[in-house]
Amino acid sequence: MAIEIEQPRVGLSKVAVSKTHGEDSPYFAGWKAYDENPYHETSNQSGVIQMGLAENQVSFDLLEKYLEEHSEASSWGKGAPGFRENALFQDYHGLKSFRQAMANFMEQIRGGRAKFDPDRIVLTAGATAANELLTFILADPGDALLIPTPYYPGFDRDLRWRTGVNIVPIHCDSSNNFQITPEAMEAAYQSAESMNLKVRGILITNPSNPLGATIQRSALEQILDFAVNKNIHLVSDEIYSGSTFSSSEFISIAEILETRGYKDAERVHIVYSLSKDLGLPGFRVGTIYSYNDQVVTTARRMSSFTLISSQTQHLLACMLSNKEFSENYIKTNRERLSKRYDMIIKGLKKAGIECLKGNAGLFCWMNLSPLLEKPTRESELALWKVILNEVKLNISPGSSCHCSEPGWFRVCFANMSEQTLEIALERIHKFMEQRKRN
Amino acid sequence: MAAISKIATGNGHGENSAYFDGWKAYEINPFHPTDRPDGVIQMGLAENQLCFDFIEKWLMEHPEASICTAEGVSKFKETALFQDYHGIPEFRQAVAKFMGKVRGDRVKFDPDRIVMSGGATGAHEMVAFCLADPGEAFLVPTPYYPGFDRDLRWRTGVELVPVVCDSANDFKITIDSLQSAYHKAQEANIKIKGLLITNPSNPLGTFMDKDTLKNIINFVNEKNIHLIGDEIYAATVFMEPEFVSISEVIEEVECNRDLIHIVYSLSKDMGFPGFRVGIVYSYNDTVTSCARKMSSFGLVSSQTQHLIATMLSNDEFIDNFVAESRERLFKRHKYFTWTLSQIGICSLKSNAGLFIWMDLRKLLKEKTFEAEMDLWRVIIDEVKLNVSPGSSFHCHEPGWFRVCFANMDNYTMEIALSRIRNFMVKNNETMVPPRNKLLRRTSLKLSLSRSLSRKMDDFIMSPSIMSPQSPLVQART
Repeated sequence: MAIEIEQPRVGLSKVAVSKTHGEDSPYFAGWKAYDENPYHETSNQSGVIQMGLAENQVSFDLLEKYLEEHSEASSWGKGAPGFRENALFQDYHGLKSFRQAMANFMEQIRGGRAKFDPDRIVLTAGATAANELLTFILADPGDALLIPTPYYPGFDRDLRWRTGVNIVPIHCDSSNNFQITPEAMEAAYQSAESMNLKVRGILITNPSNPLGATIQRSALEQILDFAVNKNIHLVSDEIYSGSTFSSSEFISIAEILETRGYKDAERVHIVYSLSKDLGLPGFRVGTIYSYNDQVVTTARRMSSFTLISSQTQHLLACMLSNKEFSENYIKTNRERLSKRYDMIIKGLKKAGIECLKGNAGLFCWMNLSPLLEKPTRESELALWKVILNEVKLNISPGSSCHCSEPGWFRVCFANMSEQTLEIALERIHKFMEQRKRN
Repeated sequence: MAAISKIATGNGHGENSAYFDGWKAYEINPFHPTDRPDGVIQMGLAENQLCFDFIEKWLMEHPEASICTAEGVSKFKETALFQDYHGIPEFRQAVAKFMGKVRGDRVKFDPDRIVMSGGATGAHEMVAFCLADPGEAFLVPTPYYPGFDRDLRWRTGVELVPVVCDSANDFKITIDSLQSAYHKAQEANIKIKGLLITNPSNPLGTFMDKDTLKNIINFVNEKNIHLIGDEIYAATVFMEPEFVSISEVIEEVECNRDLIHIVYSLSKDMGFPGFRVGIVYSYNDTVTSCARKMSSFGLVSSQTQHLIATMLSNDEFIDNFVAESRERLFKRHKYFTWTLSQIGICSLKSNAGLFIWMDLRKLLKEKTFEAEMDLWRVIIDEVKLNVSPGSSFHCHEPGWFRVCFANMDNYTMEIALSRIRNFMVKNNETMVPPRNKLLRRTSLKLSLSRSLSRKMDDFIMSPSIMSPQSPLVQART
């Protein structure tokens, strides 16, 4: 055993010691509380119910049924044909059959209203990697991306940590249902300029996380116009596109481009993933779809750092190229999410709680501002702690999503059984009743 | 048109290197035993294809390793949902155990220090992000794997400072060369944050003895810089002496463990480059914690974690696999180098890796890198072999080439060897006896390790052994 010698502390990088990994946010603190005391239907009925995790667990039976009926997806069970080729395949272009299947799937989700070229699909290990990778390509360290608030807390890490790029918020508020306006975009742009930050792009999430609502056509047109006017890039994270409750309500930026004859398309890039729509976050399946050849080539090269396991590409190529399966899945998944959404909205309404009108996603955007002592972030966090520790629900406070109005909370509803959701709603009801009495 | 970043427009992707030109020639005209018998044989790809039958047999006997089979589908949902960057515990345990086994169980690895990454490619970049700021540098002994130029520098802004090694002492790393490189960097105002060694070495196929490793560890402690040990070829050591890992040496010398980090992967030892199983193993708690957070950008698919966990926790299979893999690599290497020596081609004496470091200095018209490139073009265009020129590995002496031998079947290897033979004869480089005479030279002695001694006949494979189809993997499906 070596003698303990006082060693001079050896330096790590600035990136390593910074806090930009973002894990000190309350977004994650609630998860810790859940990890320490997780709810269980039978063994821990008084535990914390996890409503802070945007997972889609409502359609697994469809996936499992597919697997049971299609042994080719598990080709290694009988003679392992193809194993060797698959295990050796590390080409960063990705399996052509998989890219084709992804392109088709993305088209199906958009009801065939947009076409996707498989050769423009770049594969990454999750949307986390896709967003970071695009940032490395579109912006230099010190530059800025404009992002409408409220936004997914993970962006603070994904877009900024290792890239050195800044986020400048486009403030949206409830006065117009948090829609993005040209005035808000311009204000954000000016704000960036005043801080001497060069704006390289605007990143929207459509459907929105945490709002659970799609961006309207007129707003999309304005956003694209804004990007053209400022000569900046437009990244559209459409990770929840398959989770819209009704197919016709989601309009992809791809459709806007289509109607414009693909003019200005070179500045547009779409991020997608199977983590939400298919409920497969563990498989790390992300994609970048860019209309810009140089971006596609560079992104493909960079994807070397974050390729999708060929084993997973093979499985999903089989699954998603089965048209019957994918069509049925998309339709059924939408119906079930819609049903869940109705259930939670009704339940919250019964408890006297209003939500933003939503039409997509795995969560609703709940308004608890009437309950705040003061319209401040501190009051919001105090209320959040009460909900976590007394009501035993982990929900995400709006401030962790950089919402400029205190009192809003994101509540996930698709990562649990219906029974658990009922229990959660009962708890909320009780809590609200108690507050009324006090 | 909206501009893109400096990183994106620069050449940091490294694909303009000669390393990739040969690949392009191969892709345009790839060898196939029946469809394209005159095509280019790929000898520039360090893949391990010798043991797939072994693995496939295990897979057939263990359908539960796949979450898609009837036996495994009960785990589908929980696996598909599992995105925790700590990784599946069974996966970490199995990998830690495997790493220990590969080192003869002389050292134990802690599963809680196992951090995932997008292959070793992702691991190297991640480590660079953790240890160095843009503009700072790592020392890297030459010749080194061309991918490092991209992996360590492209998006990180970190620099590489070469530690020149040469053939005079078999390209061994000396303390003098390390000191010299370090001081040169200091004079140029470049801050050295660490030393990166690949052990066993790519492209040399050699590995360091314990004394050399001890000296290296003393060096990094003295300079207070990090040591990154890429041990990706650890299980490809096919001949005695046994491989010595950094993890073993730090148990024997005084060392600040916060400086020590190991990069590993299953791409070479198991032959699974497609599965993207990269590992960062750091003895520094802060680095482990930081790397774990960063691994979000390159997690291993949980489906693959499940497969690997099942496979690597099967002790009997792994013990047999490691032994079998070593034996096949040994045989392949021995036959390859012996046949080449008969044709008058020497290579660096090696006992690890999936390649040899071939010495073609005497074939150069002059001792320049231009001459090396000329020779290389001849090898690609006339001999129709893609080999990797030493200059692409930053070798300071022209005339060396890395030639991979484990990514093809016996038949393809025979074709490659006969092409080399024909080339040498045509160029009057050697009086090469015809093939059947070679078979009768039983008096030839080969020095073999006692435990792996073989009769010469075992090495002379009949060219009539043909695999039913070429194992060469197309770069595109």
